[in-house]
Amino acid sequence: MKNRLSLLAGPYVVWMALFVVAPIFLVVIYAFSSAGGGFTLDNFAKMSTYWVVFVRSFELALIATFICLLIGYPLAYIMAKEGPGFQRIAMVLIMLPMWMNFLLRTYAWMSILENTGLLNQFFQAVGIIDLGNLINGWLNNLCAGLNDLLGLSLNTARDTNMEYFKMINTSGAVVLGMVYNYLPFMVLPIYSVIMKLDHSLLEAARDLGASTGRVFRKVIFPLSLPGVLSGITMVFVPSVSTFAISRLLGGGNELLLGDLIERQFLGSAYNAQLGSAISLVMMLVVLICMYVMNRFGEGEEQAVML
Amino acid sequence: MKKKLALTLTLTVTTALLAGCSGGGNSADARVVNVCGWGENIEPELIDQFEEETGIKVNYQTAESNEAMYALIKNGGANYDVIVPSDYMISQMIEEDMLAELNFDNIPNFSLVDDRFKNLSYDPENKYTVPYTWGTLGIIYNSDVVKEDVTSWDIMFDPAYAGQTAMINNPRDALGIALMKLGYSINTTDENEIREAYQLIADAKNNGVYQGFFMDEIYDKMEGGETSVCTYYAGDYLVMYENNPSLRWAVPENGSNWFVDAMCVLKDAEHKEEAEAWINFITSTEASLANMDFIWYSTPNKEALEQYPAYYEEQNGEPLDPALYEVMAAPQEILDKCESYLGLPEETRTLYNDLWNELGI
Repeated sequence: MKNRLSLLAGPYVVWMALFVVAPIFLVVIYAFSSAGGGFTLDNFAKMSTYWVVFVRSFELALIATFICLLIGYPLAYIMAKEGPGFQRIAMVLIMLPMWMNFLLRTYAWMSILENTGLLNQFFQAVGIIDLGNLINGWLNNLCAGLNDLLGLSLNTARDTNMEYFKMINTSGAVVLGMVYNYLPFMVLPIYSVIMKLDHSLLEAARDLGASTGRVFRKVIFPLSLPGVLSGITMVFVPSVSTFAISRLLGGGNELLLGDLIERQFLGSAYNAQLGSAISLVMMLVVLICMYVMNRFGEGEEQAVML
Repeated sequence: MKKKLALTLTLTVTTALLAGCSGGGNSADARVVNVCGWGENIEPELIDQFEEETGIKVNYQTAESNEAMYALIKNGGANYDVIVPSDYMISQMIEEDMLAELNFDNIPNFSLVDDRFKNLSYDPENKYTVPYTWGTLGIIYNSDVVKEDVTSWDIMFDPAYAGQTAMINNPRDALGIALMKLGYSINTTDENEIREAYQLIADAKNNGVYQGFFMDEIYDKMEGGETSVCTYYAGDYLVMYENNPSLRWAVPENGSNWFVDAMCVLKDAEHKEEAEAWINFITSTEASLANMDFIWYSTPNKEALEQYPAYYEEQNGEPLDPALYEVMAAPQEILDKCESYLGLPEETRTLYNDLWNELGI
């Protein structure tokens, strides 16, 4: 019986071998070989110039993941508490953008965030930009005053003639793009974990006199941690390796890891070896991150069990 | 036993199906040609017309850039017969022995190609290529914002337009622009000159001159007024101009790059004869006219180039603005000031790539 069932896994095993294991194997071979084909560690040595890109990518991905968690957790929690009608609608609304092409969605953000874009036009119309100029003027005066009084050197050169807020082509826009695109991957796992919580545990906590806040802190939150952890993984990993978002929303000003890897394959100097080496290191760092986080998560889960 | 039979049958059918899908290219009777070009770079009706006339089926595929196409071919991930790379990529591919010599007996229409587009530096003896389109690189600017007359590359580095300028997002063109501004050759292999050009771009970037580095995103940005100054290709300017009449085109007085995209056949092409038939068809005057009218890049076919204004009037019911025609088909005195890209040696290419990555760090 067991044997026959395991046969059903056959197609997937073949799939894995062909499209997951074999490519990784190729990446490893490329990463350790020179253009001529011999074994070398040069590719890794060459990479040291790019550590800034590594740091930046992980930093932006961390920020994006944190913001997703900040928005995603309450959203998932509220959704799970509401009636089935609300849940259905909320679910459709969360999934709806994912039915559209990812590049199209990012392109749309471009026209929203541009200097002459929709958002800036709106700010202009309702006077928020004038208000910003006014506040900057006040701050300049205030800082100038403080500088005179206390001998400080505060910034007094804030722009008071802004015609728009600069949003596009900044790292902020890149983070926004990541949050927008990957938020559903945070909400869905947390939501499904909270939905499946054993209600008798919550009742028991309340019976024993815990306040609503305490029930959340001591019972609901710890029990929803597995969902949080998988949400973090599912947002963090694609954020680290993203490339189109940084080009479209970041204006290609600051490279991310994804861009760097893409350039090695499609750029002016074809260098699959270096590209593979960067990919390999990125995979390893991500793996280590995940491992550390899961260890931390395991501990939490056990603590809850006990 | 029965099960085994069923399994064998299924396998056989699947294999047959798969073989069928993977293209009748292998069977002798169905004639096919696999063409790889750029997106939006051919009048689609020409494909139908060719198929009807010759019975050869065209598999038309597109590539994103010269480099992407090169990577695909190098990895063995493509079975193209005809490709349409740009000049500098052609010389690189000839150098790496990736192209087949053409049999010009099968391409009589080659005689229609204007002599100034034959024997160009990327293929000095003209053994491997038939030119497809050509044009110039130039400055596109919004006359609502830029009031001065644009005559030099300086504007691409001018702090007066800080935050309104976009640099092109590929190292060859971007460093080329800087090299031309400095008065160096765009084909220089002198590391100091290239580094100086890089520094020019890096400084401008750090001083906030550039909004960003863009390729085709620039269409929306120029048309919508988001960006006021950029560098792009002549044919693309005409598309932008149609959607925003405030845009202007300038080829700097001290010259620019002029490029040729040419049709070549890969060395290991399976359908060389069909490929030559395709190249011959595309080079004909009728096809060149239709193509030029669709993609707005000019053709190297001499007759077609001369007849185009009349053809345009006939097709569109209004005369072609001579100024636009001049953008499309730059007159020889402008081309004389321009330089075309040559293939760079490996170490220079690596330098370009390293510098370009450095810019993003």
